[in-house]
Amino acid sequence: MTSPLPPDDLDRRLVIATQAGLPLVPRPYDLLAEQLGVSPDEVKRRLAAMLDAGRIRRIGAVPNHYAIGYTANGMSVWDVDDARIAELGETIGRLDFVTHCYERPRALPDWPYNLFAMVHGHDRATVLAHIDEIAALLGPACRSHDVLFSSAILKKAGLRIGES
Amino acid sequence: MSTPARPAPAALDELDRRIINALQGGFPISDEPYREVAESLGTTEAELLARLERLLADKVLTRFGPMFQIERLGGRFVLAAQAVPEDRFAEVTELVNALPEVAHNYRREHRLNMWFVLATETPDGIADATRRIEAATGLPVFAFPKLREFFVDMRLKA
Repeated sequence: MTSPLPPDDLDRRLVIATQAGLPLVPRPYDLLAEQLGVSPDEVKRRLAAMLDAGRIRRIGAVPNHYAIGYTANGMSVWDVDDARIAELGETIGRLDFVTHCYERPRALPDWPYNLFAMVHGHDRATVLAHIDEIAALLGPACRSHDVLFSSAILKKAGLRIGES
Repeated sequence: MSTPARPAPAALDELDRRIINALQGGFPISDEPYREVAESLGTTEAELLARLERLLADKVLTRFGPMFQIERLGGRFVLAAQAVPEDRFAEVTELVNALPEVAHNYRREHRLNMWFVLATETPDGIADATRRIEAATGLPVFAFPKLREFFVDMRLKA
């Protein structure tokens, strides 16, 4: 699944050229092509191929959740029967208020939870109502759960490739 | 505490909201993609570009562009947490945030009260960053690498 990019690879250079964002000019792919010394068609072909391969999830905007009104975010964590987590994780991930959903290892005895679902809402009461919906869907396959509200953003940067 | 405050919800008009909602989907790979999107929203290319610039400057959008799947590019993202004593919280925040590998860091209400994402260009970088944080802070790091990712629609309606 992993295939590190050689330093001179065009895909890697495209990642570095666009990780801060797509240029806000009428012909953004032409500008990238000029910066990278390749043709606009090559840039578009590479980006399309990276989308197809899943190396790019999508091209688009990432809103700040707080700024668009989702001021409550709770990381809900669940101790789910290992035999059923594959099926139940799919169900929970499909809920429209869940933006991330992962199976992660437990850290016993401190941390019994193996399913993480990030729940967003306009306030805490809404988030808690969503948590109840998840609890009902999991039913007896879930032994215990908790919700960790965020109370401060301490850092928000993102991965930077090729700057170390 | 020397930490960034969370922004208040922004004042957005109806076109801002439609732009944010439309651009969370797929953006065209074509010669004039902004013009295409502007036409589908009933506005002009110049207006769309001006609004995108403003939404980014005001931090309503944290970014606009390709979203890379880091694992498929050879890198790693790992969620990790620490139980930080209250009287050391500000100091530990500075120590943890000082590592370039720490991409996001949130305070959360739990005994494990500091949750951060380590992002590295190679898989080996994670263990190294974890060791450096433990050495700098004297506190154990609980690492929660993802075992399985369930499909989600990441869009939130503005």
